[in-house]
Amino acid sequence: MSKRKVKETHMPVGECISQVQMILRERFCHQRLPEKPVGMESQHKHLLELLRRTAVHGESNSVLIVGPRGSGKTMLLNCVLRELLEVKDVNKNVLPVHLNGLLQTDDRIALKEITRQLNLENVVGDKVFGSFAENLAFLLEALKKGDRSSSRPVLFILDEFDLFAHHKNQTLLYNLLDVSQSAQAPVAVIGLTCRLDVLELLEKRVKSRFSHRQIHLLSSLSFIQYLDNVRSQLSLPQDFPDTNFYDEWNDGIKVRHFSSYPQLVDVLQRHYNSSKDFRSLHLLLMLALSRVSASKPAIKPTDLLEASRVCMVDSKANILHGLSILELCLIIAMKHLNDIYEGEPFNFQMVHNEFKKFLQRKSHSIHNFDKPVVIKAFEHLQQLELIKSMDSSTAKIQKEYQLMKLLLDHSQIMEALQKYPQCPTDVKQWAMSAFG
Amino acid sequence: MVRYFTRLRMRRIYKWGGRPYIFDRKLKSYGFEYLNMSVEGQEAVTTVTPGQYILIEGNDDEYPFVAKLLKFFGDESHKQKKALVQWFLRLSEVPQNKKLLLGRSPHPQEIFYYLGRACDNEINAESILGTVDVQHVPEDTPFPEPGTKDTLYVKLSWDTKAFNVLDPVLMQDTPASTPPKPALPLFPPCASPTATPVSRGPVRRALPTPDPTVMRRAGSVSDTRATMSAGKRSTLEAESIHSASKLSASKILSAKRRGSAADTPGVRKKLQLSIGASPGKKMTRADVLCELLDEEMESEKVISLKLSSSVSHSLQHGCSLSPMRSGCKTPNGQRRFPWKLSSISLDRLSPTALGEQDLSSDLLLAVIPLALEDEVFEAGLPTDAGSANTPKKRQATPRRNYVREQKATTPSRRKESAMAIRKPALGVLAEEDSEDSPMQPIALTPRSKRKSAQLVSLRIRKQLNLLDNTQELISDGDDDCFVPSKKDLQSSSDEEKTDSEEETRGRNCKTSVRTPCKTPSKKKDLQSSTDEGKTESEEETVVRKTRGRNCKTSVRTPHKKPSKKVTPSTPRHATPSIPSRTVPARQPGNILEEARARLHVSSVPESLPCREQEFQDIYNFVESKVMDGTGGCMYISGVPGTGKTATIHEVIRCLQHASDMDEIPTFRFIEINGMKMTDPHQAYVQILQKLTDQKVTADHAAALLEKRFSNPAPKKETTVLLVDELDLLWTRKQNVMYNLFDWPTRRHARLVVLTIANTMDLPERIMINRVASRLGLTRMSFQPYSFKQLQQIITSRLNKVKAFEEDALQLVSRKVAALSGDARRCLDICRRATEICEHSTSHPSSAGLVRMNHVMEALDEMFSSSYITAIRCASLQEQLFLRAVIAEFRRLGLEEATFQQVFVQHRALSRVEGLQPISVSEGLAVCQRLGACRLLLLEASRLDMLQRVRLNVSQDDVLYALKAVRD
Repeated sequence: MSKRKVKETHMPVGECISQVQMILRERFCHQRLPEKPVGMESQHKHLLELLRRTAVHGESNSVLIVGPRGSGKTMLLNCVLRELLEVKDVNKNVLPVHLNGLLQTDDRIALKEITRQLNLENVVGDKVFGSFAENLAFLLEALKKGDRSSSRPVLFILDEFDLFAHHKNQTLLYNLLDVSQSAQAPVAVIGLTCRLDVLELLEKRVKSRFSHRQIHLLSSLSFIQYLDNVRSQLSLPQDFPDTNFYDEWNDGIKVRHFSSYPQLVDVLQRHYNSSKDFRSLHLLLMLALSRVSASKPAIKPTDLLEASRVCMVDSKANILHGLSILELCLIIAMKHLNDIYEGEPFNFQMVHNEFKKFLQRKSHSIHNFDKPVVIKAFEHLQQLELIKSMDSSTAKIQKEYQLMKLLLDHSQIMEALQKYPQCPTDVKQWAMSAFG
Repeated sequence: MVRYFTRLRMRRIYKWGGRPYIFDRKLKSYGFEYLNMSVEGQEAVTTVTPGQYILIEGNDDEYPFVAKLLKFFGDESHKQKKALVQWFLRLSEVPQNKKLLLGRSPHPQEIFYYLGRACDNEINAESILGTVDVQHVPEDTPFPEPGTKDTLYVKLSWDTKAFNVLDPVLMQDTPASTPPKPALPLFPPCASPTATPVSRGPVRRALPTPDPTVMRRAGSVSDTRATMSAGKRSTLEAESIHSASKLSASKILSAKRRGSAADTPGVRKKLQLSIGASPGKKMTRADVLCELLDEEMESEKVISLKLSSSVSHSLQHGCSLSPMRSGCKTPNGQRRFPWKLSSISLDRLSPTALGEQDLSSDLLLAVIPLALEDEVFEAGLPTDAGSANTPKKRQATPRRNYVREQKATTPSRRKESAMAIRKPALGVLAEEDSEDSPMQPIALTPRSKRKSAQLVSLRIRKQLNLLDNTQELISDGDDDCFVPSKKDLQSSSDEEKTDSEEETRGRNCKTSVRTPCKTPSKKKDLQSSTDEGKTESEEETVVRKTRGRNCKTSVRTPHKKPSKKVTPSTPRHATPSIPSRTVPARQPGNILEEARARLHVSSVPESLPCREQEFQDIYNFVESKVMDGTGGCMYISGVPGTGKTATIHEVIRCLQHASDMDEIPTFRFIEINGMKMTDPHQAYVQILQKLTDQKVTADHAAALLEKRFSNPAPKKETTVLLVDELDLLWTRKQNVMYNLFDWPTRRHARLVVLTIANTMDLPERIMINRVASRLGLTRMSFQPYSFKQLQQIITSRLNKVKAFEEDALQLVSRKVAALSGDARRCLDICRRATEICEHSTSHPSSAGLVRMNHVMEALDEMFSSSYITAIRCASLQEQLFLRAVIAEFRRLGLEEATFQQVFVQHRALSRVEGLQPISVSEGLAVCQRLGACRLLLLEASRLDMLQRVRLNVSQDDVLYALKAVRD
């Protein structure tokens, strides 16, 4: 690495690229919060206002943030929290407690985690002492002792809120919401969930205690806005050290570059049609970004196209490409069985018969495999989960007679056959013929 | 800290008249024809005969109790003077929550014939004040012109549950009106200077007699007072029925009635919930105490010297009465004048009024000295009158301490003195920083000029200094219950007190206002004070939790300070607490914020509207159980948010208050919640911990509780156990429930169990027979609130904060009532509406009323389903997939399809739409996203293409949403 010339703020390409990679990867991997949440201003205001009232006035509240996966619920909440903690009065006054339904899978763990995060007096180091019942009593007592004006507000953030509703008796939710509805220590219970029917999960007593505030994050993004998002996500921040590189990079992703590649617009449209959320977009852009290197210091439309191809690829078709001819033949035999019996399950013996028929009638290139070899191939397919056993009790029935179903669509099989390298023509013809 | 208002007090002398006839041979009681009452120092004699209506002394001079005299009787010695009466009630004595049953505004002079059983109709004849005129007014005729203040009218009867039309027959048997006899405020020439212990003790009951000295002093200002009081007259009558003065009237009633029925403390009348009550349940040791005190008196030379002066004696009589009087004084300095009484006695007095005295002053002094005194105190008038009346104030701590300080030999005495020491210690701690501290008066009071007094006060102070450091303080208004002993009567040299001193004292006095002891005889006073002392510490622990709330009514700031002292917790136990905030919470700034704060579910309202009947039922249930010392179960059901728990808490609050006031025995309230425990068996642990503060395992706790509730124990108090969310205490064997319901049936348990759950038929549904049977049939169900009730709830919470349009409120309440009747929901919507209103205007300060549109928006937000919006905001492929699902359902005629089938449709549809078909993986991803939102219901995803798909929304909704998108 050569020395950086400060005056012209010019850096070697390699360094610039590593900077770009760092900045954009942080962005795409959600490690850095955006300056401002995009497209959810009103929700942002509502939530901020609500939490501020808890923090400043000591008003207890409960709210649910509902939105599909990847719609930015956590991002919104984190933005609000960041903003809230920037307020001087609030900074030292709130106690945020983060819980996640996937981590705190039952109330016992959740209680320990709450106690630990609140750092109550029964916490020593990182350990929480006492039994489940004691912890609960202790926490409730602590919250009960507080009052609106003097104790610090506690923000309970429950990620994957719906999973908490599956805890036994919903004890934790009941108690948190009960505190929020009674004159105890001020709390705000913020639930994040992607389930629209989350309220139906709540037990009636719990539901009654919930304030029924829901903040919905449903993006009604148009395609134009989507394209703008793509650009803004790719563009470098103003404070990028190398101005030249900054200009070049940002020029490269201007509108005209995009619109000059109708293919690219098509691909993005397809992505947009499939899902509008940021997470899938970030995946796409991440793949494109990884193709940027010192020798190719800009994102080209082709990169995006390639990335899109990788994203859109059918996973099962890929697996099919890796199968042996024998396994492929078995799949084709299953396809024919499916056609004949209209999707009824089959067993190995049927597949083997079908395969043998094919060998006798049409095959010129395929050897006559021994039955154990065919069984082995069949088991391999089962391991790959291309076929699935329909019987729950596998142990009772002999392997050959277990009923199976094919987890592949016809289109996938045909597509795979087309791309399969050096596929014997008789196999192809067999696959395409109406009946085995 | 105790200070006593002393007041002028007439001493009345009661003598039997007529021939005694044997009334009951066994009990050796004698009946008498009439009773002669004379005021000490005056010659006039009032004769009271059975059949007359009489006024009976109560705490409230304005409204003495009214009763009809039925019979006089006494014992052989003729010293015991008792009377049988038929009670009449004033409206103010009717419990607050029953007043509405009257259904009309009461006539100020109206009384009610009391048909209840709870009041003992035997009274001490020495509490009779005089006679009064009572007229029966037929039901439909209006009340006569309220020209004569001394006539009371009776129209209805009250049987503790309802007002009924009074049967005229009940009234007929006696002459309807007895002309008021001339009263007797004449100075008896024979006023005995050496009052015998007997006369000092039991006769203390006697009413205030005008004391010449005081009257002379008071004379100078009497005019002012008279005018003042005259000016107040109109306002007084309009005074709200909530005023503490009236409350205290019924308090006295209860006290007295209980006092007269000393042997049967259980028999008591149900009284207003929010009033004070008097201690003084037992009289058993009163005599002993009296004697002891008498002995002391003799030993105190200085004091007994003072005794010889009759003037001061009678004055001090007044003094000793006053503290009780002060107890019923309203803390907020509300003025009230006993107008009715005064006007009644005006008639009595006028013929014999003293020439040299202004008539009105005479009156006031004679009949309502206390009211006057209070007035002077609170008005802080540094007048002569003040000094004339105020000597009584000086009786506060020092005197009592003085008396108590005498080292007694009996245990009861010792206890008393110990308590006396504690009290001032309290006061000192509380008011160390203030010059008005009660300790100074001890040194300064003229009384302490006497050597013995000084000695004693020195001693007290020494002890206090010790106690300051060591003693855990009992800091409660109950301190005030201590009544000065008879010693107070003897000293009288303190008239020379300076005004300034008095004022400071007066101020101190004002701070403590809970002196609920007012009993018909002095003996009782004394006894009650000791009783109070004994029970106080126990009571303290029991009721401490609820004290805070009760304190609201009394201004006892200095007392509260020590109570805030946190007892050092044992270090091995961590104290549960949330760290306190560095910056205090901001108070609401504008009307909308204020409204929001009030509408928050957590803000506990003063009273719960719309649940009066339920409140009453539960109250009666618990109260009767507490009174009788029995046990019982009650099951309360109702959908969430209908105020079940809140009502019970309200009941308990009222009962706690009542027990603070000693209307009912003390009890213990324990609350457990099925939702707040991890396991049903934890219920035992929690109950035991709340009862005894010990931590044990569930099994052990069950055993301990079993033992506790099945074995008799002396002085066991009733336990009221609230079991919230009962259904969660269900176990397979149901042993937790079984025990909870079985304990109350034990003989010695004294346990009242109130259970709450949501479903009405819970006992039938989940309980096995033996459990359901023990729960009994005392059930109550809380209906969901109707829209009117909801509206009333909001209005009462808003409490005149004008933040909502009427229509807007109605909309909310109607909407909620139609859906669930959940008050919480209603309040939450209103709160949200205020937010919307606040945001809709650009300047938060200019935000006006919450209007219909704001409420509509809030309702939409909370009630509207988000599915349709979600579908509209879904991506194109997701929408397409939903359409494919519907298409496949139609094809199959089933509401269920596999992903594979749907995907075929999906591909076909995308061809129709001109979209590039997506791969199976993408299709599965789309399907999973819809499943995560619960627009679709999916099987486990390991089934891959074979997973079955169902719609979680109706097909119509989907089509509607999709149609709108396309258009």
